[in-house]
Amino acid sequence: MGPDGELPVTTVPGETAAVESDTTTAADLTSAPEAAAEVRELVAQSLSQYLRAWWLKVRSGDSGVLPVLLAMVVVAVTFQIITPQHSFLRPSNLVYIFGLSTVYMVLAIAETVVLLLAEIDLSVGAVALIGGVIAFKLAQSWPWWAAILAALAACGVFGALQGILTARLKIPSFVVTLAGFLLFSGILIVVLGGADGSVNLDTSKFNQLVIYDLVQGVIPPVTSWVLLAVVVGAVGTTLWLRAARRRRQGLVAPPASVTAIRIALVALVGVAVVAICNVNRGTALKSVQGVPWVIPIVLVVLGIWTLVLGRTRFGRYLYAIGGNPEAARRAGVSLAGIRTWAFALCSATAGLGGILLGAFFFGQYSTNTADPGQLVLYTVAAAVIGGVSLFGGRGKALHGVLGGLLIGGIAYGVSLLNLGSLSTPLQYILPGAVLLAAVLIDVLSRRGAGSVTRV
Amino acid sequence: MTEVNEAPKDASSGGDEVGGSEPLLKLRGIDKHFGPVQALYGVNLDLFAGNVTGLCGDNGAGKSVLTRTIAGVHQPDHGQIFFAGQPVHIRSARDASALGIETVYQDLALADNLDIVQNMFLGRETLRRGLLDEDSMEIKAGETLSTLRVTTVRSIRQPVGSLSGGQRQSVAVAKAVMWNSKLVLLDEPTAALGVVQTRQVLDLIKRLRDRGLAVMVISHNLNDIFEVSDRIAVLYLGRMVTEGPAADFDRQSVVEYMTTGGANGRPSEPARSASDEG
Amino acid sequence: MSDVTSDSSQAPAGATDATTVADLTAAHEAAADVPPELVAQSLGQYLRAWWARVRGGDSGVLPVVLAIVVVAISFQIANPKFLSAQNLVNLFEQSSIYMLLAIAEIFALLLGEIDLSVGLVMGLGSVVVAELVQPTGANWPWWAAIIVTLLACCAVGAIQGMLVARLRMPSFIVTLGGLLILEGVAIIVLGGGLVGIGNSQYKNELVLYNIFWGAFTPLVSWILLAVIVGATGTGLWLRDARKRRSGLETPPRSLTALKIVLMAVAGIALVVICNVNRAHVGTIKGVPYIIAIVLIVLGASTVLLQRTRFGRYVYAIGGNPEAARRAGVRLPTIRIWCFVISALISGIAGVLFASWQVSLTTNIIKAANSYVLLAVAAAVIGGTSLFGGRGKTIHGVLGGLVIGGIYNGLYLQGVSSQWIDVVVAAVLLAAAAIDVLSRRGAPGQA
Repeated sequence: MGPDGELPVTTVPGETAAVESDTTTAADLTSAPEAAAEVRELVAQSLSQYLRAWWLKVRSGDSGVLPVLLAMVVVAVTFQIITPQHSFLRPSNLVYIFGLSTVYMVLAIAETVVLLLAEIDLSVGAVALIGGVIAFKLAQSWPWWAAILAALAACGVFGALQGILTARLKIPSFVVTLAGFLLFSGILIVVLGGADGSVNLDTSKFNQLVIYDLVQGVIPPVTSWVLLAVVVGAVGTTLWLRAARRRRQGLVAPPASVTAIRIALVALVGVAVVAICNVNRGTALKSVQGVPWVIPIVLVVLGIWTLVLGRTRFGRYLYAIGGNPEAARRAGVSLAGIRTWAFALCSATAGLGGILLGAFFFGQYSTNTADPGQLVLYTVAAAVIGGVSLFGGRGKALHGVLGGLLIGGIAYGVSLLNLGSLSTPLQYILPGAVLLAAVLIDVLSRRGAGSVTRV
Repeated sequence: MTEVNEAPKDASSGGDEVGGSEPLLKLRGIDKHFGPVQALYGVNLDLFAGNVTGLCGDNGAGKSVLTRTIAGVHQPDHGQIFFAGQPVHIRSARDASALGIETVYQDLALADNLDIVQNMFLGRETLRRGLLDEDSMEIKAGETLSTLRVTTVRSIRQPVGSLSGGQRQSVAVAKAVMWNSKLVLLDEPTAALGVVQTRQVLDLIKRLRDRGLAVMVISHNLNDIFEVSDRIAVLYLGRMVTEGPAADFDRQSVVEYMTTGGANGRPSEPARSASDEG
Repeated sequence: MSDVTSDSSQAPAGATDATTVADLTAAHEAAADVPPELVAQSLGQYLRAWWARVRGGDSGVLPVVLAIVVVAISFQIANPKFLSAQNLVNLFEQSSIYMLLAIAEIFALLLGEIDLSVGLVMGLGSVVVAELVQPTGANWPWWAAIIVTLLACCAVGAIQGMLVARLRMPSFIVTLGGLLILEGVAIIVLGGGLVGIGNSQYKNELVLYNIFWGAFTPLVSWILLAVIVGATGTGLWLRDARKRRSGLETPPRSLTALKIVLMAVAGIALVVICNVNRAHVGTIKGVPYIIAIVLIVLGASTVLLQRTRFGRYVYAIGGNPEAARRAGVRLPTIRIWCFVISALISGIAGVLFASWQVSLTTNIIKAANSYVLLAVAAAVIGGTSLFGGRGKTIHGVLGGLVIGGIYNGLYLQGVSSQWIDVVVAAVLLAAAAIDVLSRRGAPGQA
């Protein structure tokens, strides 16, 4: 094994290295230049090589999370300038954005699961709202954890039904989920008890207070710092040890400096979030400080889904089916089974998003709380702008989180501007425009990467 | 069963050492029809370990059907299949894999968005504590690639979509060979490849043979057939019209068999396999 | 033929038999694909061949005709007033919107795409035309308002078409984003209030109002019917005669005669129903203008799709875009034009919609969203395939009739609107399932 840890694939006793490298050069020339960029990143030995390779990769079309990060900067700066009293970046507003975004984050992660298959789920908005309403209603008589689990299970069943229609009957997913969207919107009204009905959380009762506090409750500042230290420590150590082990075994791994930078970035973001949340956003009489519980909850969801997508067979098969369903089928993967489970888990996760949404809006669910159609469009926009591809096979849970934060920022920023009669129509125009822009970027970047364009 | 040949194999020498050894795969009287269309008539075929058999035939002769029948995608209507001397029923791709039969189809069945390791282990990933054991999969894949001397790949974690045609073919073949396989079927492995890449793949096929695997290659390209094959079999309109050591054939005769079913203007002798009991 | 036996037990002749057998079987499987008219010599042969095609998977308009019968019978049993002349005209009027939107949607579906914005193009068209004729506002003459509205809708269609055709963005995302943006724009145009065209003092508003609510007099209705049936019938007959003279394959005479007779019967039934006095007070008689409008759109789009090169290319792209591209068909142009036409027809539906609703509010605009589902459902129920390359505009009309019938029937039964939506969702799913399952029967489909 070479000292740098790269897998030595060139020398075999008895063969001249020179002959092999000629073939190597010849073979490499036939690959596309973007491929060369990607490969260079994989074999980079030092930080500067890695960064150079990464920049080449971006320029050749595979930009990853760069667009969404840039967009965040643009949005933050723009809104900071145009909001009255430059209040956009005020800590209290930022915390509000965090809270609002968590809904979109969770929904975007849910949608990502289906997008990876090169399918789409247009019913996530309606399913989310139904999940929330079911949980709220059940919490009136059941323990909070039972209410939540039951709601998630119900949503999972809804998703599974849609999955069966798509995977086994082969009806296109956008038709099935479009019909599902209509169906569940109708059922939502029925469960709410009519178009004027509502379901509210009675925070005097413990079970319902717990659900309420999922979003509205806070972790005290000192505990927040401790929690941050523990989380960053755990994540950092795991990342470091894993990279070190891979390097030891001679497997493909990024340079140590890159791993260190990644850990530092995580720590930095964590510190920023905790610091912002610890600023007193209440009044002098009643101080409100600390990290809302919803943030660690969303981090747990992110962690679980990152694990599932990246380190389990199920996740692997999602990517495989999205990339080449025929290859997956020949490899023995059960296409119908994986697809059905994907839709089921997507809907269940969406249900969780709906519970968070209801709690975010102070535990009140009515037909005015959210528009399921608008919700799904924001969700798809969040996923796509975060870096998930509509054509399948590409995307991560983290993309959903980043995209959700961006969408939440835009949605809240618009509401901060006093636009009068323009604010209602903007609620429609903006998500539509953001969605189109996100998909435009996705399509254009795919073009750059030289992958197969549709006829 | 598998005869150990000490002498290094040379493509042009043909496999006359097979005389007396049992074929790894024996097909006898295989019939297959789809509705009223008969695709295979009483096909006999022998495939030997450590041998490359080139299967030729014009379009519609039944090469793909025959390959898929061996691979378990189709079930023959009549006839028998013997593997390592035992009669077997290959009802699915899994059955075929269990026996040690692997197929590399013309479209390669690779997912472009997954890397080489992920593709090679697709459907058969190893787990550690319930999660994917990336490290051991990467090691094993790397070992397979290097024993097959697939050396032009820069990183084993490259997405397959970024590989050239020859590299993709090599990965597909390596994927087939990694699983304790004894028989590898290759459908048009060089069809879309340039000169350099074709060379890579043909060398790879020879290495498979050197490892003692039985290999069947379907190809239109007679140059490739004659370069790697120890034995040649020709299908014509669903019938196996000839089968024998490559040294017994030349291009002219193979073409005649492919297009007319006979050679030198006279009907062929019924093909007798070296180990046929009659 | 030289002997090709590998097995000495087979006779040499076996080879020839194999070849012949192979050829004949190809013919058998292909027979189901050949339109029955081409091979039938008599009415009896035609019907037999048509039945074989239905069983082979290409059932054409049969499901929707059956659906119409089922709907008619079920709702009539539930409510004897369903098939009354009054209600039927009502049904036709409501269905006209669905029919137009379905035809619009078909232009996208045939390409293998989808247009989710048809409902909101209709909504936007309706508010624009209503706003333009407002005497206190723009006060445009009605014909100018309509023309500009339709042009604006074409522009929307062109933009969406370009995004889909040149950038190859998925059509359902483009039209999904489009529908949102249009909804916002429509609300802006509405200015937050409502706009109405019900004031008969103003000539422009009156004309707009009458587009939906006005009708030909009974006498004129009969004359129009005679003219249309006469013209179409003569046209069909002469076309067949000309083909027969040139020795081309033609359907049997009795079949053409049957088609003309059926058309006449349907037309007579329609005029009779419409000529019954349907007003509670006073007299309202005659075929409504909108039926003529729908027929014109139907006729024009049928000719466009079946008898022009453009239409041929649309079907080609839907069937195999790569083959069409290699044959020299300019894919982006055809695609863009299809989205333009779809938006244009949706715009026409918008003018009708404004006329129908008389006054438009924000809520009505939001409700326009659900129309796309109905349009897709109508097209699919009628027999258009979601996968492209198969379908006719008459399917949209028949499917629209089914949807209209369901809506009308459920409404008569007093079912609340969210449950009607649930029913329509179920019907859409059923129609899509039938489409998928029938494709399985057809050769060559995965």
